Amino acid sequence: MKFDTSQLSAVAPEITLLTLACAVLLVDLFVKEESRIITGLLTMGSLLVTAVVVAAGMSGETQLLFDGSIVRDPMGDVLKIAVLLITTMVFLYSGDYQKDRELYRGEYFVLGLFGVLGMMILISAHSFLTLYLGLELMSLSMYVMVALQRDEARASEAAMKYFVLGALASGMLLYGISMLYGATGSLDIGEVAIAIQSQSSNADLNLVLVFGLVFVVSGTAFKLGAVPFHMWVPDVYQGAPTSVTTYIASAPKIAAFAMVMRLLVDGLNGMILDWQPMLIILALLSMALGNVIAIAQTNLKRMLAYSGISHIGFLLLGVLSGTEAGYESAMFYAITYALTSAGGFGMILLMSRKGFEAEEISDYKGLAKRHPWYALMMLILMFSMAGVPPTVGFYAKLAVLQQVVSVDLVWLAVAAVFFSVIGAFYYLRVIKTIYFDKAEGEGMSVENVDLNPVGITLSLNAMVVLALGLFPAQLMLICQSAIG
Amino acid sequence: MSSDSSLLSLLIWIPIVGGLLTLAVGDRRGAFGRVTALTFAMITLLISLALWNGFDRTTHLMQFVEMVPWIEPFNINYHLGVDGISMPFIVLTSFITVIVVIAGWEVIQDRNSQYMAAFLMMTGLMNGVFAALDAILFYVFWEAMLIPMFVIIGVWGGPNRVYATIKFFLYTFLGSVFMLISLLWLYSESNTFSILAYHDLKIGMTAQILIFFAFLLAFAVKVPMWPVHTWLPDAHVEAPTGGSVVLAAIMLKMGAYGFLRFSLPIVPDASSELDTFMITLSLIAVVYIGFVALVQQDMKKLIAYSSISHMGFVTLGFFIPFMIFKQSGSMEGAAIGVEGALAQMISHGFISGAMFLSVGVLYDRLHSRQIGDYGGVANTMPVFAAFMLFFSMANAGLPGTSGFVGEFMVILGAFRANFWIAFLAATTLILGAAYTLWMYKRVVYGKVGNEGVAGLSDMNKREFLIMAILAAAVLGMGLYPAPVIDVMHASVDHLLQQITVSKL
Repeated sequence: MKFDTSQLSAVAPEITLLTLACAVLLVDLFVKEESRIITGLLTMGSLLVTAVVVAAGMSGETQLLFDGSIVRDPMGDVLKIAVLLITTMVFLYSGDYQKDRELYRGEYFVLGLFGVLGMMILISAHSFLTLYLGLELMSLSMYVMVALQRDEARASEAAMKYFVLGALASGMLLYGISMLYGATGSLDIGEVAIAIQSQSSNADLNLVLVFGLVFVVSGTAFKLGAVPFHMWVPDVYQGAPTSVTTYIASAPKIAAFAMVMRLLVDGLNGMILDWQPMLIILALLSMALGNVIAIAQTNLKRMLAYSGISHIGFLLLGVLSGTEAGYESAMFYAITYALTSAGGFGMILLMSRKGFEAEEISDYKGLAKRHPWYALMMLILMFSMAGVPPTVGFYAKLAVLQQVVSVDLVWLAVAAVFFSVIGAFYYLRVIKTIYFDKAEGEGMSVENVDLNPVGITLSLNAMVVLALGLFPAQLMLICQSAIG
Repeated sequence: MSSDSSLLSLLIWIPIVGGLLTLAVGDRRGAFGRVTALTFAMITLLISLALWNGFDRTTHLMQFVEMVPWIEPFNINYHLGVDGISMPFIVLTSFITVIVVIAGWEVIQDRNSQYMAAFLMMTGLMNGVFAALDAILFYVFWEAMLIPMFVIIGVWGGPNRVYATIKFFLYTFLGSVFMLISLLWLYSESNTFSILAYHDLKIGMTAQILIFFAFLLAFAVKVPMWPVHTWLPDAHVEAPTGGSVVLAAIMLKMGAYGFLRFSLPIVPDASSELDTFMITLSLIAVVYIGFVALVQQDMKKLIAYSSISHMGFVTLGFFIPFMIFKQSGSMEGAAIGVEGALAQMISHGFISGAMFLSVGVLYDRLHSRQIGDYGGVANTMPVFAAFMLFFSMANAGLPGTSGFVGEFMVILGAFRANFWIAFLAATTLILGAAYTLWMYKRVVYGKVGNEGVAGLSDMNKREFLIMAILAAAVLGMGLYPAPVIDVMHASVDHLLQQITVSKL
């Protein structure tokens, strides 16, 4: 194995982000408490610079690097840019919230940056080892971020749960990978794919492969938060500081989608007949359980967690259709869901104050009277999650359902829309609380939310959701060219 | 054909832009928000009159066509166009909006300009439903329209508004998602979302039946047909007057329009196969719901049930041609059923709107919709009593009013199909008269019922104006319905041609 320095330019984005993350870590040592904003700005700057580096290096071709352990392809580039931009937005959202809770510390930013680095490596992985490396870098950063609020029992509990279950999932994934390695003799995703194609007749090896596949799918489902591997999602979303929840609920979903693509589509495409039924079950259960249980929630963070589970079910519909257009639709779904989800939690961040978490749905009573503009933004976001046009959520569902129908799984599409009608109820309930209920208690009425960075970010976020709903073609074309 | 005109786009976007402007103006500047809303409503009405004027009555082809690629990866186009079936409803929608804006002028105290804005935006979206020739574009307008209505009922509605509006939204949402699945299936068969292309698409019988039921679910909820009508009385009772008017005058028509644009031409064989089923459902709506209306104590509920019963006539008229065709082998004389149904839709738009406004006039004064809380209103509000009498007569189908035209034509059509169908349908003339006039008698005639009624003041100029306009429309269409029916003729004939050709 020879190290080829000429290939380094293809991983320039990762190198840039790593360097900048280290720089932020160092700078933060010398920044005084009151001027910590410098760290925040540098962090966002690093993300944007990295996004520019990714964009500048886009070639539209697939390059295999470092003996096939890393792949640079259009899909990866688009997903990385989405991750970087959405995470920048998350940091914009979380500023004030973190300050109010004395969480505005260097560790938060550095961990966030390393998490993004993990996501980028995961997105570019072309070997099981690289994939695992990226996944762990991402996950470990997030475990710690959840635990940042040390004196809060709920956050510590959530972090503990997240860590233990996450470690279990990683173990399962590793075990599955070892099976695949045993059956194919390679860790390289491309070679595994070829090996599976060539030995499809060997029954003994096939048994090992399917065995490995089950564990790989389980591990992936854990990371995605698909039912029945979803138990950590509501507790972690609720327990973590909302700023961290926003982080976890947005960009990592895009990375998890990439993981599914690399493992199942690039690597195990020869076993599609085996994994397709597994994904059908995961998708159905996720949509059913996510949507039904969300109805019973009174806590907005928890409700959005269950809603996220149901969205993962929808995303899996696109993947399981097994067509190129299906992967495109799932990619479109992942990106737009991350965007909408960030907006939903951004609303909680906007409305929270020092000593007051605006996380109960009832906290939003009468919001339309006090802040008509933000109420409208929340209305757009909620209708987008429910999949009502003219918001982007509708096209995401449309694209996914179209693929399901085109591969003759009409019954699955019918089930999916049925659950989405159930789901519409709890989004409507949030809108009902905002628009129809009279304000009571003090809650958000204490301070007026005027224009501030968080409010502007939220407005932009919701406006993008609406604009993509009116003109979704561009993003769809981008996804198309990224996968095709 | 004036194919380069962008009238339809104007009719969709001017009210939406007007709504946004009204929202931006807000309530802080007094009546300025309302004036903005009225201006935009009037502009929309004028443009819709230009549409009526420029419409070519001799062809069934789509007119005022606009076609711009919209979502290319899915071959979805911004494709608009109207024929004789859809064009009158765009005019009706624009007309009703002006009425609603005037009707809400002083009555809505709370967040007035948001109320107006919601109605304006809804107008644009409803015009979009009638003008869309691309299935996804249609679906987008169809669903997006629910959002303002959801807010209107929920914010400005009565005491039980939250229940009513969520029920309304979920019912219609449930119905339409199944339509979406069939549209996606049609796309996977034909690789296009063009509604007109679907009209020529060959489809097997099993698929046709399934698609028919998926469409039926979407449209039957909207019409609403028995037994999926239960959301309507709730929504009507709780909605503010303007909401009830738009709901009854326009939204219900969309379900019926959907039958003509989607169900009949796309799956004609299934429609023909299931005609008895549909006619039975329609007759149940006409007769059974007519009896239900008879026992209502709440005026709005009574008119809501009367709407369901009248819409039963519409669906009856749509499916009568299949029965005629099966018996005689030709569509000779079948057009009268469909045209009658269309005339009934327009006329019901005027009459139900007027009836809900009449109840609104009373409700604004005494804040009760219970029939029992009134009595002897004629003594204190003579002018109002005269108008309400006229509209009640029209609702009962009195000759000379628009209510008579549609019902009479549908009954004539039904006679060609089957005597007993016509007989059952004709009971509406008795039932309709019974429930409407009985309500009128209890509310308006007799001695002054209580102190509240004694203190009533007659209609003000604003109320008089809208009542007079609607009365003129009802009377005009009743005495001389020919212009409205002429507009539809070519398109209806073409539709009947289409549905006789098997697509198997």
